[in-house]
Amino acid sequence: MEWHPLLLSLQVASIATAITAVAGVLTAWLLASKRFPGRELLDVIITTPMVLPPTVLGYYVLVAIGRRSAIGGLYESLTGSSLVFTRTGAVIAAAIGAFPLVVKAARAALEAVDPMLVAAARTLGAGPARAFFTVRLPLAMGGIVAGIMLGFARSLGDFGVTLMIAGDIPGETQTASLAIYDAIQANRERDALGMIAVLSVTAIAILYVVNKLGAGDQHVR
Amino acid sequence: MSAELTADITVRAAHAEHPFSLEVSLVARPGVTILFGPSGSGKSTTLAAIAGLVRPDAGRVALGGDVWFDAERGVDHPVHERGLAFVFQSHALFPHMTAEQNAAYGIDRAVAKEERTKRARAMLERMRVAHLASRKPRTFSGGEAQRVALARAFARSPKVVLLDEPFSALDRELRHELCADVKATVAELGIPAILVTHHRHDARTMGDRIVVLREGRVAARSDDVAAHLPVLAEDEG
Repeated sequence: MEWHPLLLSLQVASIATAITAVAGVLTAWLLASKRFPGRELLDVIITTPMVLPPTVLGYYVLVAIGRRSAIGGLYESLTGSSLVFTRTGAVIAAAIGAFPLVVKAARAALEAVDPMLVAAARTLGAGPARAFFTVRLPLAMGGIVAGIMLGFARSLGDFGVTLMIAGDIPGETQTASLAIYDAIQANRERDALGMIAVLSVTAIAILYVVNKLGAGDQHVR
Repeated sequence: MSAELTADITVRAAHAEHPFSLEVSLVARPGVTILFGPSGSGKSTTLAAIAGLVRPDAGRVALGGDVWFDAERGVDHPVHERGLAFVFQSHALFPHMTAEQNAAYGIDRAVAKEERTKRARAMLERMRVAHLASRKPRTFSGGEAQRVALARAFARSPKVVLLDEPFSALDRELRHELCADVKATVAELGIPAILVTHHRHDARTMGDRIVVLREGRVAARSDDVAAHLPVLAEDEG
């Protein structure tokens, strides 16, 4: 079995998940707590990657972070390296797939916490930040962790956007999903089977834990 | 003795399904002031506006010289800076914390943790639920949960305590028992308390004075509670 693509997938998915966990929960808090013009439009834009074809999404990302874009150009001038066709590109691709899952789950979990409990914390002298970190966030944690785990599973298996942004460079950007595709294309099915088994078992295990977390949520209204 | 609470509050909810306007003026001196009236008369909104959970459209709320809200001067202290305690009908205990952690939550964090725990335990003891200290709310009966909620409110030594029908989900015997405990604790702390209720018994046994609300307006106010208790359709005695 080829271990390198699997380890690379794990590394890329872990970094992408860490980024989306922080950014996703912050965005979910914003959507769940603040009223501002365009709030629902922002929610739609964040959700769009879940339904767009990976090639279309990949194209948009290429336009946004490619070498000729403002972001891509700035990154290259600062680091000397391009964002596309690199491991960083693979992380961005994985994060884009995971982000809406984290935001959706975290927003639903935060909105499900009884507002009366947050009001109770405020009347007991807690400022908005303390009420959030000691009451709302812990009570929403089951749903948030479930969303982060789904995001990790999604990152681990990304194919289309990774191919568009990071390419399929063995040893550099060839994640497990891409290596499986290459192996099947080249009639090296035996090379692919081990990775298929690991990705399948990981996905099933994650979904099982996510279901368990959902069943444990008894503190929501 | 603590200062008295004065509130002149106007709340309009024009965009609500049932347009509602509240114009209430009251003074709560140390002791228990009963806010009495039928459902929908504005009792809970008045309490929420005093607490700062609802922003009045006009008016002024002050505890002695400490102005919490003044629409004209643009003063609006956030709820957590008002030094009050609020007891909800649904008790609103934090489900992920033990009774002791709940009771200690509102105690000034400048106080050492050991002292906070000590005060929380003492108040649980006083509310006769010390045996629940290490348990979480999902195992409590309705009466136990409300006792812990009261302990949580009083443990922080509030300057005012606001009670929004805290006994209405309890059976008659439990209610009568809790009324006596709360009345004694308020007297001991020497603070103003406002109790929202539509139960004549609670009003009669706990009240030092009464303000009767009807359709968002003060219909009567008196220091003679028994003489000014109107009969309400939903009253259970």
